[in-house]
Amino acid sequence: MGRYLLRRLLQLVPVFIGTTFLIYWLVWSVPGDPFAGKCGERRCPEQYVAFMTEKYQLDQPVLVQYAHYMQNLFQGDFGETFSGRSVNDIIVAAYPNTLKLALVALAIEALIGITAGVLTGLRRNGFLDNLVLVSTLFLIALPVFVIGFVLQWLLGVQWGIVRPTVSSEMRLTELLVPGFVLGSASMAYVARLARTSIAENRRADYVRTAIAKGLPMRRVVGVHLLRNSLIPVVTLLGTDLGALMGGAIVTEGIFAVNGIGREVYRAIVTKESATVVSIVVVLVLVYLVMNLLVDLLYAALDPRIRYE
Amino acid sequence: MRVSKRASGAIAVGAAFALVASGCSSDSESNEGGNSADGAITIHGVQPENPLVPANTTETGGGKVIDWMWTGLVEYPNDGSAPRNAVAESIETTDSKVFTIKIKQDTKFHDGTVVKAKNFVDAWNWAAYSPNGVQGASFFADIQGFDDVNKADPDGEGPQQAPEPTTDKMSGLKVVDDWTFEVTLEAPTAVWPTKLGYSAYVPLPDAFFTQKPEDFGRKPIGNGPVKFVSWEDNVLIKLTRFDDYTLRDKMKIKDVDVKLYQDESAAYSDLVSGNLDWVEQVPVSALAGDKWKQDLGDRAITTTTPITGIIAFPVYDKRYQDVRLRKAVSLSINRQEVVDKIFFGTRPPATSWANPLAPGTVDGNCTVCTYNPEEAKKLYAEAGGFEGEMVFYYNADSSHKEWMEAVAQQVKTTLGVEARAEGMPTFAVFRQAINAKQMKGPYRAAWQQDYPDVENWINPLYVTGGSSNDGGYSNPQVDALAKEAGAQADLAASHAKFAEAVKLIDADVPALPIYYYANQAGHSEKIKKLEVTAVGELDITSVEL
Amino acid sequence: MSDPTSASIVSTPPSHQPTQAGSTAPADAGLPENARRDKPRGLLGDAWRDLRRKPLFWISATLILVFVLMAAFPWLFTSKDAVNGALANSRVEPSGDAWFGYDVQGRDVFARVIYGARASILVAVVAVLGTLIFGGTVGIIAGYRGGWVDALLSRIADVFFGLPFVLGAIVILTTFNGSGTSNSEWEIMGLVIISLMVLSWPVSMRLMRSSVLATKEADYIVAARAMGASTSRIIIKHLLPNCLAPLLVYGTIMVGSFIGAEATLSFLGVGLKSPVVSWGIMISEAQNYIRVSPFLLFFPAGFLVTAVLSFVMLGETVREALDPKLR
Repeated sequence: MGRYLLRRLLQLVPVFIGTTFLIYWLVWSVPGDPFAGKCGERRCPEQYVAFMTEKYQLDQPVLVQYAHYMQNLFQGDFGETFSGRSVNDIIVAAYPNTLKLALVALAIEALIGITAGVLTGLRRNGFLDNLVLVSTLFLIALPVFVIGFVLQWLLGVQWGIVRPTVSSEMRLTELLVPGFVLGSASMAYVARLARTSIAENRRADYVRTAIAKGLPMRRVVGVHLLRNSLIPVVTLLGTDLGALMGGAIVTEGIFAVNGIGREVYRAIVTKESATVVSIVVVLVLVYLVMNLLVDLLYAALDPRIRYE
Repeated sequence: MRVSKRASGAIAVGAAFALVASGCSSDSESNEGGNSADGAITIHGVQPENPLVPANTTETGGGKVIDWMWTGLVEYPNDGSAPRNAVAESIETTDSKVFTIKIKQDTKFHDGTVVKAKNFVDAWNWAAYSPNGVQGASFFADIQGFDDVNKADPDGEGPQQAPEPTTDKMSGLKVVDDWTFEVTLEAPTAVWPTKLGYSAYVPLPDAFFTQKPEDFGRKPIGNGPVKFVSWEDNVLIKLTRFDDYTLRDKMKIKDVDVKLYQDESAAYSDLVSGNLDWVEQVPVSALAGDKWKQDLGDRAITTTTPITGIIAFPVYDKRYQDVRLRKAVSLSINRQEVVDKIFFGTRPPATSWANPLAPGTVDGNCTVCTYNPEEAKKLYAEAGGFEGEMVFYYNADSSHKEWMEAVAQQVKTTLGVEARAEGMPTFAVFRQAINAKQMKGPYRAAWQQDYPDVENWINPLYVTGGSSNDGGYSNPQVDALAKEAGAQADLAASHAKFAEAVKLIDADVPALPIYYYANQAGHSEKIKKLEVTAVGELDITSVEL
Repeated sequence: MSDPTSASIVSTPPSHQPTQAGSTAPADAGLPENARRDKPRGLLGDAWRDLRRKPLFWISATLILVFVLMAAFPWLFTSKDAVNGALANSRVEPSGDAWFGYDVQGRDVFARVIYGARASILVAVVAVLGTLIFGGTVGIIAGYRGGWVDALLSRIADVFFGLPFVLGAIVILTTFNGSGTSNSEWEIMGLVIISLMVLSWPVSMRLMRSSVLATKEADYIVAARAMGASTSRIIIKHLLPNCLAPLLVYGTIMVGSFIGAEATLSFLGVGLKSPVVSWGIMISEAQNYIRVSPFLLFFPAGFLVTAVLSFVMLGETVREALDPKLR
């Protein structure tokens, strides 16, 4: 186990380098001159374009740029945006917000998804089963913008139950609606996967044994059934947290959350390689660690899985 | 001109004037000024793209804050009348070439230093000096000696190493004494004093020149009615009243919090639910079906703005060189229907080449802006039809899809040509293709005047080599007339010449004016009185609670 | 255990598969069984017999058939023009004349929904299949082989997962489908499908891998290996049927997500271009008019949900039929 962990941690290094380079290169290949659109319908002064190009060394080959970037990165300098803001500051200011929102979304998604999955898995093809399926599919079919807008308008403006937008304090109660909106896209997956797993394991020997022993149903489901059925769900939730950590452009926008999604998007379209990579680097690290945890969790959930 | 990132070039803010219309009907006699003195408001804003350095800000997010924090030599009154002196005591000239500018004595910057003539001269020299790489450098191109401080790339192709300028001072700028300076232009330009209200021309304090511009821009020091308190990126810019302000437009309230939003509908929801006091642009989702008027009642405000939505022809493409074809396309667009159905009647259809809010514009001088399908079909047949697909391009990163598709559909229906609209992913890609003259079809543009005069609608757009004449339209007669017009010492004479030039442009149809922009704004119940500037911005000094 | 020919030897019933024992000898062993005694009906045959009795299967299959017909021959369903409209009809509500009303450009919504089926279903289904097959294969290999193969494949998946979707899509699609390129409708669809696949295979890979990890230590696999069954045989005959469930569930729902993702690409200006219609594009176009003309949103969203529902149901019934554990 210890050696496995060590090996996995060592593997992070090539993945880290591979991902950062791939992303750096991709951003570099985004078409368009980043300074062509800076001055509106007018051409930007050539001197301005030349000044900025030189300042950010955009005339260098991509490998040189990348090497330079990595050098700074190891000194703890994430670079700066074309407007001269330090990316370190952006990360420090925005990542905690994105993380909070992502965790709330994940919690809501897991709670609703697994509950619905267990209920429907135990009683398949009933009314509740179909209701859950259709309503979660609707959440997938409607774009996040629509769900967010409708909930914000109804709950926040029309009925005045919640504040329509999130204040800069990021209180938990304010995050419930945005968290639900963000998590809604994955709810169907979680519910369906949990349902399938539960239904499959429902007839397993150990469940029958447990029921035969006279254990209360609650204990059978909670201890025996759930634990063995959660592997695919945990896998999905793990990858989902990675995706949620990347920020959510639309959700953050609708609820005025100062998160990372907008910065990533802005940096992609303006070709700020350093900003994109720096933000995504944190995401990649989180994601790699998440995957490691999920892999370890498999062994905890299912004793049949061993790592050597 | 400034570009709103909200619409990437759609709605920009610059200097201009238009009628202010506050929707609030409360009488000023109700005497509630008592609330105002220490009052605070929270208003909608957008994260500035760059640190707040006036000449380097060409977008609305930061431009709005700069407009509040600085006062220039002249100001554009909200009621649309001629520009009037602000910091300037007098601007005098005999030949429209040499201007003597006297400034008011003992006005102050926010750091307590006095605004002197050299603060203007230094600021302008700094902005024009090419190694500083300032976005708004070209605003100073009229001034004598600009070419010496601003060296262009020798081959004119992309970012090459430009030669170092020989000097960092324009020869046309001379400080006479603390309160007087003299400006000599390259050529007589009657409209030049009108330009001075634009934010690129504001003075900079001595403190600016002792630090990096980026650092200054994070904690800017201006000379306007409000001063800077703090700026938390993407969250909030805090401003407060500058108590030593001595000019006309003093603040009536104390604190202004500019809350930075990414999304208009979020700000709008906050406004309707009482968490925000001012939203500058109501989102489309609320404009549709006039829902915003139900939501806001008499707190809904509409203003016209001096911006025109245009579709330009790539005249460098052979297929668009036949005037009859261009005219046919123009006549097959039912502009009224487009604004009614796509913009819910909130924007007026275009009827003239320059925006009618610009002085010197003859309203209705666009004879091809009418809808005339028969004539269009006739001209189209005369032109011999059109080969291939006519693709109307727009940038997909802002909301242009609907109206561009509507226009393409009308052209298709009327002329029977294979027309459709296509989005390009980002404004940067879009502009790059335009700059490189690689457009294969008509493309959208929006022109916002930098200063209120018809000149600003002709020279940049339709004169050969104009700064935004990207379609490559060229008519020597237009060039000659525009040059003649610009050199007139008298504005009225200048306008008359421009009117002649416009007639020629109208015959050539190098572009298609489609609609004029209008702003739909709203405010909270807390605000009892306010005025809106020419471009639909809140005039922050007019707010009373 | 799902391999009848080797049943007697190999399929030691795993501890958690109580009902499994009977699977090689179907309850109602009918005529065909007797006719070909030496080669009993396989897994698929069993499944088919099972399926035929399920009304849900017939309902979902019929619906999918209708959607497929709609995609292949849209003109069978409507005679209206899906591409051209008249602005005068902008946002006119549903009526007897136009059942679903007109969109903001004055185009017939019913006709557009019908014509939108092709791009939506084709792009989503093909991309999902590709993602599942590619991701699933990589996942099986990684999970079954373990060791350095697993490490390598998992880390490659990690690299791809780290890519922001928008970034990957913009770069891939602008490189091959930038403005000015004159790709045909089919070429663009192909590019969109490939982009979706490249950017989303890691999730299905990890799902498959986790299933394989959970299953490969099961008694019946161990037994099969002990009996000297070849790797490919173990994977195809034993591992796959038992690990497919999560992937199928994920895949059928993913059809819905991909229809939306395709619209996102179109809105970024890198996906399908007009006059090609898709449900996702229609839904996106309706966003601004939710408050005044909600019908613009409901019709394409309703079709989308129905289509995805049919796929989910079909996937469900097929999986149940294939999965001996549930029988």
